[in-house]
Amino acid sequence: MKIDMAYGSGGRQTSDLIHEVFLKNFDNKILCKMEDAAVLQVNPKIAYTTDSFVVTPMFFKGGDIGKVAVCGTVNDLLVMGAMPKYLTAGFIIEEGVEIDTIDRIAKSMSLAAKEAKVRIVAGDTKVIEGKGGVYINTSGIGEIRRAGVSISNCRLGDVILLSGNLGEHHASIMSHRMGIENSIQSDCAPLRSIVKNLMENNIKIHCMRDVTRGGLATVLSEAAASSSCAIEIYEKSLPISDQVRGFCDILGLDPLYMANEGKLIAAVPKDQAGKALALMRRSKYGENAQVIGKIKEGSGVTMITSLNGSRIIDILYGEGLPRIC
Amino acid sequence: MKTLELVKDELKNYNGRKIKIMEVCGTHTSSIFKNGIRSLISPQIQLISGPGCPVCVTPPAYIDKLVEYAVREKTCVLTFGDMMKVKGSRYSLTQAKAEGGNVKILYSPLSAVKMALEDKNTEFIFAAVGFETTTPIYALMMEEILKNGIKNLKLLTSIKIILPALSYLCETKENIDAFLCPGHVSVVTGCSVYKGMAEKYHKPFVVAGFEGEHILAAVDEIIHQIKKNRYYMKNLYTSSVTEEGNRKAAAITDKFFEGIDEYWRGIGIIRNSGLKLKDVYQEYDAGSRILDYTENVPKGCKCKEVILGRINPGDCPLFKTVCTPLNAVGPCMVSAEGACGIWYKNREVRP
Repeated sequence: MKIDMAYGSGGRQTSDLIHEVFLKNFDNKILCKMEDAAVLQVNPKIAYTTDSFVVTPMFFKGGDIGKVAVCGTVNDLLVMGAMPKYLTAGFIIEEGVEIDTIDRIAKSMSLAAKEAKVRIVAGDTKVIEGKGGVYINTSGIGEIRRAGVSISNCRLGDVILLSGNLGEHHASIMSHRMGIENSIQSDCAPLRSIVKNLMENNIKIHCMRDVTRGGLATVLSEAAASSSCAIEIYEKSLPISDQVRGFCDILGLDPLYMANEGKLIAAVPKDQAGKALALMRRSKYGENAQVIGKIKEGSGVTMITSLNGSRIIDILYGEGLPRIC
Repeated sequence: MKTLELVKDELKNYNGRKIKIMEVCGTHTSSIFKNGIRSLISPQIQLISGPGCPVCVTPPAYIDKLVEYAVREKTCVLTFGDMMKVKGSRYSLTQAKAEGGNVKILYSPLSAVKMALEDKNTEFIFAAVGFETTTPIYALMMEEILKNGIKNLKLLTSIKIILPALSYLCETKENIDAFLCPGHVSVVTGCSVYKGMAEKYHKPFVVAGFEGEHILAAVDEIIHQIKKNRYYMKNLYTSSVTEEGNRKAAAITDKFFEGIDEYWRGIGIIRNSGLKLKDVYQEYDAGSRILDYTENVPKGCKCKEVILGRINPGDCPLFKTVCTPLNAVGPCMVSAEGACGIWYKNREVRP
């Protein structure tokens, strides 16, 4: 069965869609009350964020638009030192989408939410004319467990940890779009375990960021600018799988600028670097974590290359389009 | 056999005469930055970027034609991503698209064939831009067009051949001491083509791969030849480049394309430096012949000097002040393979 404009009317079909797809998958007491707004009990200090998701294709190796929509918002909360509690989900559905497709997306969101220990407590659907696309907005509330974690709080001498391999989400999506067969999987994942382990073991995290659009280069440049410091990273220490590296070489892409959906960086005091790295590697999705650099005096991001040369790393300009030759 | 450490040591401490080495392949330019090669060699050895970016040397009049097609009814322009941002005399394809023009980015020319078969009511114009490397793929595309009897897919060509451009640079006395020969192009052309040039112009022509080590080895070879005052072609990329090159690719290119005098943005017409569809295939050409190449060079833009290797991007007064990737004045800043764009993104640290 396909979604048509009647599903957006607010009448019977809308109600069917909500009950048979969304309530079934997102089942929880707060949502099932079906009030105009969710009533929530939260600790005084919260982190609150929103993000919209427009991924093409909607399903790819390692994830789908639903999983990304949950993980993206969850990770944004986590890197602020907050434990995610509640999400909202807004769907804009173009007519022509199979209801089964919406159900698959909702199921995937439900699984990701369970893993991240968040509940989807409010939602909305709209149906518009179009060609079978689905767009999702999620917003999220998390309870602050560690105050002061901030992009502007990197301190001299801090070391920078990266939680795992670069470029996998970007490479997976591009492979689908270009019809290239490989086994590269999106890294899309909720990073709760990593953040929880760091915080519960008293790692003094000064700064955390999830490494999404714009890639590591952009995130580090922003951290250096916000914290008024320089960042030095080491090419040799960057975790990149052979497959992604090969993919990038062929297409002229740079893993430093590629999007991830399940990676974060953390700046921690030097004397805690070893402990923090061990904790990350013991956490789910952190097994390939590495110490990749340090905070120095000055400005901008510099990379010491494998050949021991040095190179300045700037933010991403425009879109990383594959080149001609 | 020299160790990498010894090569690095020698290049760092080189204090002979000033040497200008030109690379003519965007991937080399990019690798030089990615590996921080300049920070590893003596300032007496200058690495400069030549006309190796196809987008940068594509004339504005060609972009204008694409824009014209993009806004025409029932017409769709198909292009590689690189071409989207380059301005013609007034608009880029990105701007044309924002104004409602029909432009689609392709990753493979062969998907153009599929699109043309699926939508027979649209006329597809394929922006066939590139060098020797890309042309065999366009030839394959032509085979598919003929095989499937496709009438609604045409090529607008602006295809360059790099060798005549290298000869041009040698003959116009641009004071270039040596060439780092393009790796990908050489896979297709073979390396023997550089032998005669090395002899004729008394310059080292060294074919190299794309790893940082490959580039250091090539620079070392160039210094070695200059010190000995003996100049020849040396192929250091033997894993991929043969003497004769890829004959199959050359044969299929010859089947569909023939040489023409081609216009290079910023340089002008270089004899026999381009390829066009042969006359028998003219019905598949979307009017690639351009009569008026007049360029309105933006005031202060030094892309021409950059492409000819006379100056480095950093020497242009507009570089980083007026001309940035988000507000590109000249074509070298626009493309991911353009010297200015690469320089901007990868400013190196000089010790």
